[in-house]
Amino acid sequence: MAHGPAKGISRWLFTTNHKDIGTMYLWFSFAMFILGGAFAMIIRAELFQPGMQLVEPAFFNQMTTLHGLVMVFGAIMPSFVGLANWLIPMMIGAPDMALPRMNNWSFWILPPAFLMLASTLFMEGGAPAFGWTFYAPLSTTYAAPSVTFFIFSIHVLGLSSIMGSINIIATVMNMRAPGMTYMKMPLFVWTWLITAFLLVAVMPVLAGAVTMMLMDVHFGTSFFSAAGGGDPVLFQHIFWFFGHPEVYIIILPAFGVVSQIIPAFSRKPLFGYDSMVYATAAIAFLSFIVWAHHMYTVGMPVAGELFFMYATMLIAVPTGVKVFNWITTMWRGALSFETPMLFCIGFLVLFTIGGFTGLMLSIAPADFQYHDSYFVVAHFHYVMVAGAVFSMTAAVYFWLPKWCGKMYNETMGKTHFWISFIGFNITFFPQHFVGLAGMPRRIPDYSLQFADFNMMSSIGAFIYGASQIMFLYNVIATIVAGKPVSDDKVWDGAEGLEWTVATPAPYHTFETPPTIDPAHAHS
Amino acid sequence: MMRLHANPAIDTVIKLVTVAVAMFAFVFVVMVPLYDVLCDALGINGKTSGQAYTAVQAGVDESRQVKIQFVATNNDGMPWEFRPARTMMTVNPGASNETVFFASNPMPEAMVAQAIPSVSPARAAEYFHKTECFCFNQQPLDGRSSAEMPLQFIIDRDLPKDISTITLSYTLFDVTAMAGAVATR
Amino acid sequence: MHGAIKKALAGGVVTALATAGSVALAASGGITMDDVNMSPGVTAVGQSIYDLHMWIFWICVVIGVVVFGVMFYSIFAHRKSKGAVPAQFHESTKVEIAWTVVPFLILIGIAIPATSTLLEIYDFDDAEMDILVTGYQWKWKYEYLTEDGENVSFFSNLSTSQTEIYNAEEKNEHYLLEVDEPVVIPVNTKVRFLVTANDVIHSWWVPELAVKKDAVPGFVNETATIAQKEGIYRGQCAELCGKDHGFMPIVVKVVSQEEYAEWIEGKQAEAAQVRELMAQTFTMDELMERGKAVYQRNCLACHGANGEGGVGTAIKGSAIATGELGGHLNTGVNGVPGTAMQAFGGIINDVEMAAVITYQRNAFGNNMGDMVQPIDVFNFKKG
Repeated sequence: MAHGPAKGISRWLFTTNHKDIGTMYLWFSFAMFILGGAFAMIIRAELFQPGMQLVEPAFFNQMTTLHGLVMVFGAIMPSFVGLANWLIPMMIGAPDMALPRMNNWSFWILPPAFLMLASTLFMEGGAPAFGWTFYAPLSTTYAAPSVTFFIFSIHVLGLSSIMGSINIIATVMNMRAPGMTYMKMPLFVWTWLITAFLLVAVMPVLAGAVTMMLMDVHFGTSFFSAAGGGDPVLFQHIFWFFGHPEVYIIILPAFGVVSQIIPAFSRKPLFGYDSMVYATAAIAFLSFIVWAHHMYTVGMPVAGELFFMYATMLIAVPTGVKVFNWITTMWRGALSFETPMLFCIGFLVLFTIGGFTGLMLSIAPADFQYHDSYFVVAHFHYVMVAGAVFSMTAAVYFWLPKWCGKMYNETMGKTHFWISFIGFNITFFPQHFVGLAGMPRRIPDYSLQFADFNMMSSIGAFIYGASQIMFLYNVIATIVAGKPVSDDKVWDGAEGLEWTVATPAPYHTFETPPTIDPAHAHS
Repeated sequence: MMRLHANPAIDTVIKLVTVAVAMFAFVFVVMVPLYDVLCDALGINGKTSGQAYTAVQAGVDESRQVKIQFVATNNDGMPWEFRPARTMMTVNPGASNETVFFASNPMPEAMVAQAIPSVSPARAAEYFHKTECFCFNQQPLDGRSSAEMPLQFIIDRDLPKDISTITLSYTLFDVTAMAGAVATR
Repeated sequence: MHGAIKKALAGGVVTALATAGSVALAASGGITMDDVNMSPGVTAVGQSIYDLHMWIFWICVVIGVVVFGVMFYSIFAHRKSKGAVPAQFHESTKVEIAWTVVPFLILIGIAIPATSTLLEIYDFDDAEMDILVTGYQWKWKYEYLTEDGENVSFFSNLSTSQTEIYNAEEKNEHYLLEVDEPVVIPVNTKVRFLVTANDVIHSWWVPELAVKKDAVPGFVNETATIAQKEGIYRGQCAELCGKDHGFMPIVVKVVSQEEYAEWIEGKQAEAAQVRELMAQTFTMDELMERGKAVYQRNCLACHGANGEGGVGTAIKGSAIATGELGGHLNTGVNGVPGTAMQAFGGIINDVEMAAVITYQRNAFGNNMGDMVQPIDVFNFKKG
């Protein structure tokens, strides 16, 4: 029954093939990465010098809001869903995802959702300008009319995420090849399985929050307004009940990627596989009981502050276990430093720094000074960009040869890494300084003592942004005219079922399940 | 073409959809009421009970005095004049106290206001018992008229010893547009 | 392959130079510790927070040196290109238990001082004075709660001019961190701030007083500070609150007890004087003189020094300022919804309102000849 893809546009519109859908997710997320990046460039250009130069404060707020929303929901999350689509069936020896038609839907409702979100820029009153955390009542009573479209697009992309994660769970639980027990699954599959459970649990909470906003805006309820007996702070509790697990939704698949790549270029099995799985589960569990650490200054009772502080500090333990495991994997390996490995080492260094600042931020008394300052901005960009985006970039370089059967330009890849790494640090390292010195986040203009570091930050941002064009060029050049790869394994240290199929990966793989050596450890 | 009902994953899907729907409902039927309950119990945000206090205190604690401050704030777009008759009182725990707030509506048309109480320190909220309060109900006022709004309260004898000052703040909201409609929550 | 490495190295060198350049650029501005680190400020609580911050920082540095040390050693010593042969070990229960337990113990070492500092922050009781801080879009209002009688209250607006913000004029030293009327508190006195908001959530943050508290509409939060050193301390709104979130600074002036007593007396006398003035009738000249001062403080930023307009519409020859008096009063008192013209009825007093309306109607070539008395404003507000 093996047949190739349909021809023309209908191949992409109606496809139920996990590889096609994965490809679409990846390209879509890259487009969103460029769009969100463009917003960031506008922000950094305005902040290049003190004083208002390019945009008005109201538009600046729209930019920070859309930058956050597009990067979190449009770039990072869909990119990892794309990766999951491509890799999970191949890694567990399944012919496709469990629900191929739903898979098609969960992708195709995404572009209209983001088109709608982007279109708010051209609406009366402008796009949402209340930050990606959209705290009420700024996002309800005081929002521009476009908030209704914002709510609807959040609903749609939430639905897409839920469908995508149901599909991933159903695939992992039902479609594993015989002999592929849970504790033999590659760590990427494990981290995604846990991520998918988080998504199913918390995306409906986000949907609930925006539904309440919709009702407050249009139907006269007062969930978030004190006037009718509600409470604006309730919004923050609901939002962060979603929002904190969301942070791990973003980072756990990145952990998975790094856990695949570091062993490959260390030519040594992953150290502490079991503890990696347990640590991932522990992080997922803890993510549900730490949400209010985003709200230390909101006026919580001291007992609440202490509970959330202790619980948050505990997250350092499983996260530390992961970092130690990766480093021990490298220890006494035979290391080589191709582009994916460079990005993983970059991830290790910078994510650890982000973890340290995370630990600092978890300390409630100190957070009274850190909260809502640029220190926080620096922290979460170390985790989101150097964590999620670096590992995603590593993943593309690592698996691209398998996907398209051609090798990328290694020199350009390494150059991309170094420019990214240095550009990233010039951008975000000084933000620790200005934050500690007292610069609040989300301001379009700042006082003179912050000028030097902000200029540095902007220069770094332009460097980092430009380096992504090199990435795009390298990927396209590889697909169009890369040097063909004939080896199924591509990388000599790579392990796992996806490396056992032909290169490039055929349109259909594992239509008959592979046999898995029961003695062979996990891959 | 895959037939959906033959798909072994269908059980998993049904379970997961149930979880997702349950989590959506959880926000409305658990998180919102639970938050209110926790606020009442722990005094988060200094919310005080919306119901009149009817229990009887075991006598007045003459040995102790607590300073009560009254603060009145108008929310955005509320044109009324609104202030406490006295900005400060010294009371004994267990004793019943009375004061009034003045409100006047300078606008030509009738308006309805809702006062939202908030107590500082928040943990004092559960010891601040109101036996009668204008904040229990929406307060209508004809155009260009004024009123004295009464407040009766008792400070609980069990008020923690380290609290010596309690601030009771009212924020006045214009609810003319929602008046009549039963408060949705 | 060799060429590739060379090229990659060249790329690395170029970017390293860029970094060095930026550092030099920053250094030229004369970097001090205050520019790169948290300030211990002028309170005991601030000092505790700072000490805690440095304690965690050094713990992180030590862990970082160990972890990255091991990693970089591995990167240099265990390279395939140097002929390293990979070991095949992949677990060790002992090691794994150790690196679960040790971090846990370190966390306890952080949690203990953190808890005591938190309790120190949460000590708000027994304050000697209370100030109600209300966040507005986009300014702060301060109300000193007095034992009995009149509270002293005023608004505190950004005083940086639009011309500085839009780069038409050199920016001064306290650009964006200056206000028309700072909040004044006495030194070595426990001051409790009751924080609330009028519209959306704001957050009142003064780093050197170690105070940050969200201002939530409808609810009152409390926080306290004891400033141990006289001086002027500047902060900003820390919670995104709309368009001009970046333009609502906080300036706290800490003065000696005597100076404070004098200041508050002055403010009370001023309030009494306003009440007196309310009953007075002014001459045209008096109104014009007062009106000019009010105009320069409240209107000039948007409407221009000569009423020529700017961010706001022109007042010179405008339909409102040369039209019917009631309409002009209405604009001043209630603002124009949906525009930057805010309702000044609650911001300036009736005397100031009467003066500025009169001024606008009779300055910049507007020559209406009519005037507004405080009592007219009062009656207008009554409806």
